[in-house]
Amino acid sequence: MSESRITDKNSDLERGLNIFLNEIKHSSILGITIDSIDDDGLVVKLPYSDKIVGNPETGVIHGGAITSLLDQSCGMAVAQALAPDFDITPTIDLRIDYMKPAQPHKDVFAFVSAYRVTKSVVFTRGVAYQDGDRDNPIAHCVANFIRMGLGTSIWSDKGNSNQ
Amino acid sequence: MTMDIKSIVQECKDSNNFDVLVNWVPYARTIGMGCMKAGDEIIFTLPANEDNIGNPTLPAIHGGVLGGFIEQSAILFVLMIAEQPKFPKVVDLSIDYLSAGHYRDSFAQCRALRVGRRLANIQVSAWQDKKEQPIATARANLLL
Repeated sequence: MSESRITDKNSDLERGLNIFLNEIKHSSILGITIDSIDDDGLVVKLPYSDKIVGNPETGVIHGGAITSLLDQSCGMAVAQALAPDFDITPTIDLRIDYMKPAQPHKDVFAFVSAYRVTKSVVFTRGVAYQDGDRDNPIAHCVANFIRMGLGTSIWSDKGNSNQ
Repeated sequence: MTMDIKSIVQECKDSNNFDVLVNWVPYARTIGMGCMKAGDEIIFTLPANEDNIGNPTLPAIHGGVLGGFIEQSAILFVLMIAEQPKFPKVVDLSIDYLSAGHYRDSFAQCRALRVGRRLANIQVSAWQDKKEQPIATARANLLL
């Protein structure tokens, strides 16, 4: 019973976030999509493509594309933490540690979550990884977001975004 | 693309035209960044580009694009100032977002706080209207 409620909550959120994501031009250009949502956080996918290569000699993805993936994903983790309420929450800061280069021709996934929500700030963290190997990530990030307190509309109200 | 990075950097320095170097990186082409030299100063540019929008309401540039622009600026800067140009690896990047990057041209400038044998610590400032009013600042450590 409680499990199905959780599933409902997360599937509503996924629907809302997909509407939100579709309106974000740059994320569409990169092909960023939601892979899955559960109560621990979100998994977001960045497909490999030639246009995000950072080193043409190796075909390795540019850190900038991983920055976009993590920024976008952490923003959605904020949305998850505040749901069913909605707020405008610009990024205050973002710190990324790159542990190893991404392997070429493979999709990159981000697993992110909000680990603390206060009245003013939402604290998020996440990892970017490949091959399902979350414990051996490409990059680790922390990002903090400020709550503007401007919106409390529910998910079905589209047209808002955070960054 | 048979040219190696060393000869690309040298060619750009000789011609004072850095387009070849900037465009060598597919990601930089995707976000549409550029580079210009004003005397000894190197200014990285990110012209307004619809594809870079992250907030359709304002509209504003995607925070990730701004981060990517800053990161690539730091990488190119290190390549340009190095005596033996070699593609650096970003170890970490810390960005402070000071205000929304509106849908207009953005610029970035880098400063090397320290370039050692193995690491470079680079400070980056990005702005739109006035250089004194940055929209984002960042620091990056790069492995040389």
